[in-house]
Amino acid sequence: MASADKTARRKRRSEKAVFWLLRLMSLAVVGVLFWILGFIVVKGIEVIDWQFLTGMPKEGMTEGGIFPAIVGTLCLVAGSVVIAFPIGVMSGIYISEYAPDNWLVKFIRVMTNNLSGVPSIVFGLFGMALFVNTLGFGDSIIAGSCTLALLVLPVVIRTTEEALRAIDHSYRVGSLALGATKLQTIRKVLLPMAFPNIVTGLILSVGRISGETAPILFTAVAYFLPKLPTSIFDQVMALPYHLYVIATSGTDLEAARPMAYGTALVLILIVLFINLLAGGLRRYFGNKVKTN
Amino acid sequence: MKRLKKIAEAIAERVLMVSGFITSLVIVLIVLFLFREGAGLFGKPDVEEGYVLAVNRKNPVEKLSPRQIMEIFDGEITDWKQVGGAEEGIVVFRLNDITDYATEEELGPELDSIPQCLSRILSENSGMIAYVPKQYAADGFTGKRLAEGKITPRSFFGGREWYPTAQPSPQFGVVPLIMGTLWVSLGAILIALPFGLAVAIYMAELAGERIRRALKPAVELLAGIPSVVYGFFGLVVVVPLIQRGFGLPVGETGLAGSLILAVMALPTIITVAEDAIRNTPRAMKESSLALGATHWQTIRRVVLPYSVSGITAAAVLGIGRAIGETMAVLMVTGNAAVIPHTLLEPMRTIPATIAAELGEAPSGGAHYEALFLLGCILFVLTLAVSLSVEFISARRPKQTI
Repeated sequence: MASADKTARRKRRSEKAVFWLLRLMSLAVVGVLFWILGFIVVKGIEVIDWQFLTGMPKEGMTEGGIFPAIVGTLCLVAGSVVIAFPIGVMSGIYISEYAPDNWLVKFIRVMTNNLSGVPSIVFGLFGMALFVNTLGFGDSIIAGSCTLALLVLPVVIRTTEEALRAIDHSYRVGSLALGATKLQTIRKVLLPMAFPNIVTGLILSVGRISGETAPILFTAVAYFLPKLPTSIFDQVMALPYHLYVIATSGTDLEAARPMAYGTALVLILIVLFINLLAGGLRRYFGNKVKTN
Repeated sequence: MKRLKKIAEAIAERVLMVSGFITSLVIVLIVLFLFREGAGLFGKPDVEEGYVLAVNRKNPVEKLSPRQIMEIFDGEITDWKQVGGAEEGIVVFRLNDITDYATEEELGPELDSIPQCLSRILSENSGMIAYVPKQYAADGFTGKRLAEGKITPRSFFGGREWYPTAQPSPQFGVVPLIMGTLWVSLGAILIALPFGLAVAIYMAELAGERIRRALKPAVELLAGIPSVVYGFFGLVVVVPLIQRGFGLPVGETGLAGSLILAVMALPTIITVAEDAIRNTPRAMKESSLALGATHWQTIRRVVLPYSVSGITAAAVLGIGRAIGETMAVLMVTGNAAVIPHTLLEPMRTIPATIAAELGEAPSGGAHYEALFLLGCILFVLTLAVSLSVEFISARRPKQTI
C-alpha cells in the first residue's frame, strides 16, 4: 500500500511539473506577442503625430509622413473588397444552399480549399501575368485590387458557407412551408440570421488584405510617389510595401528607422482596430462565430 | 406575377452558380498562367539570347557547359586544358574589348567592319573565347562558333548554382533555393510545434474559461500581424540578437528566418491542434479518468493518440504556411543563394527569390521565366500540402486505443 501511495504521489508530482511546463510555454507564446507589440508601439509612438499621418515623404523617405501610403492601402483594400465580397458571398450561398452534392461541387470545394493554401507571392506572380501583362492594366490600383481579391476569395466563401450551414435546417423548412420561395427564404430568413457571422469574417479578411505585401509587389505599388492617385489605373504607394522599402533599401537606413517604426505601428494599429471591431461585433450580436 | 418570380429565382440561381465557378476558374487560370510563363525556359539557349560564343578555328573544344562558361568569364578557369582542350591560356574577349585589338580605322566609320575584325582577332589569338552578338559572327566569319546548349529540366532542377544575372551564361539551378526553403521551414516547424502543441493542450484541457477567452484573441492577433511587420521586427531585434549571441559576422541567417516563421506558424498550429484535441469524445476521457489514470496520463495516452491526425494536419499546415511566406523571410535570412550546411548561414528561399528578383527580370526573358517556374514549384508544393492535409483529416481516428 505504501509503495502504491508513493507511485501515486510521484505521478502527481510529475503531472504538476508537466502542467507547469505547459503553462510556461503558453506564457512564452503570449510573451512573444506582447514583446512584438510592445516593441513596435514604444518605438513608434514617438513618431506618430498629425504631420506623420498627413504629410508627404521627404528627404529620401527619412522624414515627412506616410499619407500617400495610407491612401494607397485604403484604395487597394476598398477595390478588393468591392470585387471579392459580392463574388465570395454569392459563391458561399451557392455552395451552401443550391449546389447538388455531386463531383462538380466537390471539385469547387477542394479548389477553394487549395486556393486558400496558395502562397501570396504566387498570387503576385499570377496577378502580374494576368492583370498587369495580359489584360494590360499595368501596375495599378485595379491590378493590385484584383490580385488581393483573389487572395481573400476563399476566406469569404468559407465564412459565408459556414455561417449559412450553422443555421438549423428547420428554419429553411419552416419558411418554405409558409409558401416562400427559395430565394425569399435566403434573403429574408437565412441571410439576416447569418449576417453577424458573415460580417465578422469579412472584417477579419479586410485585416488580412491591408497587411499583404507580396501580391501587390509587382501589380500595384510604387517605391516612391509623392502624389495621390487620381484614377484606378494609377500606381500607388502602400503601407506594407513602404515599410519594407524603408526598412531594407533606403539610401540611409539608420535615418529612416523612425519612419519605419511609425509605419509599422500604423499597420499594427489597423490590425488591432480590425480585430477589436470584429470582437466587438461578435459580442454585440451575442453569437458564437467560428473564425478559421 | 408568379411567373416573374420564378424567372427571378432562376436568374438568381444562375448568377450564384457562376460566382461559385469563379474560384475554380481562378485555380485553373493560375496553373495555366504560371506554367505558360514558366515553360518557355526549357529549350532556351543557355547563353544570353542573341549572343554567341566563338573560339579560334583550331581550338578542339566544341561545347562548354553553362557552369564552365561562367567560370571562364569569372576568371576561375584560365586554361583550355581544364575544359578538355589543349594546354593554352584562355583569353576572354567581350565586344567592348575590341578597341584593344583594332584601331578605329579598321572598324570603319559606321563600325560596319566589326565582323571582319572579329574574324581577324580570333584567328590571331589562338586561346581566345569571344562573347559577341550573333549578327557579328554570321556571314564570312572565320572563327568557330561553339555549339549552343539548351536549358533543360535537368539543369534547372538539378543545378546547384543560382546566378540568374551572370553574363554570358546565367545559371538557373534551383537546388540551393529548394534547400534553403526546406531548411528554414523545417527549422521553423521544429521550434513552433512544441510550443504550438503546448498552447493547444493548455487551452483545450487545462485553462479555465476566462483564460481561454483571453488567449484566443491573442492567438488571433498573432495571426493578424502583417508579415512585413514580423520581418521588420526580425530585422531590428532578432537579427542583432543572433549576431551577438552566436558571434557571427552577419545575423541574417536561416535561424533568424526559422524563428520568425515559427512565430508566424504558431496560430495555424494552435487553432488546428486545439480543435483536434477538443474533439476527443468526453466519454473516452472520463473512462480513462475513472480507471484511475491521472489527468496527464489521460492526455498523453488517450487524448493525444486520438487527435493525432488533427495534430499532424496542424504540423503540415504550419509547414505549408512557412514554405510560402515571403516578406518576413526576405527581410531576415540574408538571401545568399548557396547550398546551406547549418542554420547559422545566410540562405535564400524560393518565395524570397521571386520577390527580390522579379522586379529586375525583363518580361519574357529567361530570368523571368525561371522565376515563374519557381512559382510553379511553390504552387505544386503547397498543393501537395493541402491535399495531404485533406487526406490526413479524412482518415477517421481509430476508436480503439
